[in-house]
Amino acid sequence: MIPVASAPEAAPEAAVSRSVRSARWATPSTLVAVLLLAGLALVPVISWLIGEPYYVTLFTRVVILALAAVGLNLILGYGALVSFGHAMYIGIGAYAVGILSFHGVGSGWVQLGAALAVGSVVAAIIGLICLRTSGMAFIMITLAFAQMFYFLAITLKQYGGDDGLTINARSDFGLFTLANNTVLYYATFAVLVACLIAFRRLVHSRFGMVLRGCRSNERRMAALGFPTLRYQLTAYVISAQVCVVAGIFLANLTKFVAPSYMAWQASGDLIVMIVLGGMGTIVGPVAGAVALLIFEEILAGWTTHWMIVLGPVIVLIVLTAKKGLYGYLVDREARRAEADGAAGP
Amino acid sequence: MTVGLFLTQALNGLQLGILLFLLAAGLTLVFGIMNFVNLAHGSLYMMGAYFAAAVFNWTGSFLLAGLIGVPATMLLGVVVERVALTRLYQRDHLDQVLATFGLILFFNELVRIIWGPASVYMNTPAALSGTVELFGLRYPSYRFAIIGVGLAVGLGLHLLIHRTRVGMLIRAGATHPEIVAALGVNVRLLNTLVFGLGAALAGLAGLMAGPILSVQPGMGEPILILTLVVIVTGGIGSIRGAFYGALIVGIVDTIGRAFLPALLREFVERSLAQAAGPAIASMLIYVLMAVVLAIRPQGLFPVRHG
Repeated sequence: MIPVASAPEAAPEAAVSRSVRSARWATPSTLVAVLLLAGLALVPVISWLIGEPYYVTLFTRVVILALAAVGLNLILGYGALVSFGHAMYIGIGAYAVGILSFHGVGSGWVQLGAALAVGSVVAAIIGLICLRTSGMAFIMITLAFAQMFYFLAITLKQYGGDDGLTINARSDFGLFTLANNTVLYYATFAVLVACLIAFRRLVHSRFGMVLRGCRSNERRMAALGFPTLRYQLTAYVISAQVCVVAGIFLANLTKFVAPSYMAWQASGDLIVMIVLGGMGTIVGPVAGAVALLIFEEILAGWTTHWMIVLGPVIVLIVLTAKKGLYGYLVDREARRAEADGAAGP
Repeated sequence: MTVGLFLTQALNGLQLGILLFLLAAGLTLVFGIMNFVNLAHGSLYMMGAYFAAAVFNWTGSFLLAGLIGVPATMLLGVVVERVALTRLYQRDHLDQVLATFGLILFFNELVRIIWGPASVYMNTPAALSGTVELFGLRYPSYRFAIIGVGLAVGLGLHLLIHRTRVGMLIRAGATHPEIVAALGVNVRLLNTLVFGLGAALAGLAGLMAGPILSVQPGMGEPILILTLVVIVTGGIGSIRGAFYGALIVGIVDTIGRAFLPALLREFVERSLAQAAGPAIASMLIYVLMAVVLAIRPQGLFPVRHG
């Protein structure tokens, strides 16, 4: 269980009144969030201007993983449920696209429906088992279940097994198809922004309050009469679904799906993004994903053994930057608001 | 399906279980005493295997490989603990998992740089390369040696923890660390000692696994995951749980992989069995873990307090 003190408070929004909330738009954290998203929105334009189409592909990957990290952050940051196996849901989304298109089903809607259906059943069952435990055991079990699916994918010899499966065509959504890289980028980006807006509302809703309450003190929430398991399970399934959608986009981006998509390193990367950006903040995981993947890209261009640098850097991030890049801003504003509140009436 | 084949597979399962026990014991001890999750335990196992393989290929002596490889792994464990991990004992599990995740990336890349991406081979020592006849069944003597070493370690750990002063402190430190510190015991030293012991056991597992598995970068992770399944099934923090959990997981996994596809063929269509058999067999231990947790969330053999 994560101690309350170390969980970055996502600003005491619950406490601020409506008038104060309208004034919050001018804060540095909001500014950074808007700039970050505006920058991401302009990526295809910039890459067209400088004649580097590769950047669109790179940033599609960034946005996809940011989406997955935002999904995981719902339970990790707001619910203190450290799932070390969310890459499994990316894999489920990706394999739904791969397997259906292998059998000639190219419709994006069918793929989306099938992926979400399988994803919710799997997430409900696994979530129910995992939530019987907490703290350390929860981390280990989510990791073990993700490995189970990883090995399951390896044994699927008819779908490529260990070597993976090439996808012939990208998903066709009727009105639009993801065949064009720019369309794929903006579709992914639109889903990310929609998800950010939805999650902002969600964590401030009654549901989100209960979830955050469970993060602070689950026993007390249960004593207050909240069916905590039901709330946590719902959050778990929602966060899994976001990762499933990210998986669908990832399969479309690479036109390839392999067991390595759900390797446990992928799950670890998602957590690193969240912690680096600032867990328990809405935009934090996006900032973390952008920072981590660009850093990886630079390192990889510099040496093939870039992991030997990345590993110690992760250790350093954990040891020093507790709040995360974006979380630091949010935290500073929250403390300032608190100080103002104490000084005022 | 003959009795002999079944017995062979059961012995293979026992041998895998023993190997898992060597790792699970260290991991569960560190978790029990320091409330610390060391995902890099698999990396220590990998480093142990590499150290042993390097010494063995250089000198040709398996004994020397053990005498140098195991202490070297222990030393590495102690250094890593002192440099990076002591700062994490007071932090939450997420930070611990993440930092040790970083260490895994580091060690995997390190061996890739030093020994290259390909497997390093280590032969079975000459004295143990034969087979042993048991109930009319021929079984490699090296695998018997693994079982023997594991059982000896299990017995040794039992005696250490239940019969010695250090063991008493370890047990006390697991349940009441503040009181132990208040009584004047150097808890920092105790922590390092336990961590070193865990690292030495991981190194020993690496040494024993060297001749039968391939020594390669990333070899620690699959077995780490199995180890996690073991300690969650057996009960986190409990050596007894680690021992029984390891044997159960080892035997179920091996027997399942060997016989489930054939068994399935008796009931369903051949092509379906061909496809589903290995898939179900690979999921078997996770299903086992899920069932155990559904019935007993604290594991089969949880630590008894008091």
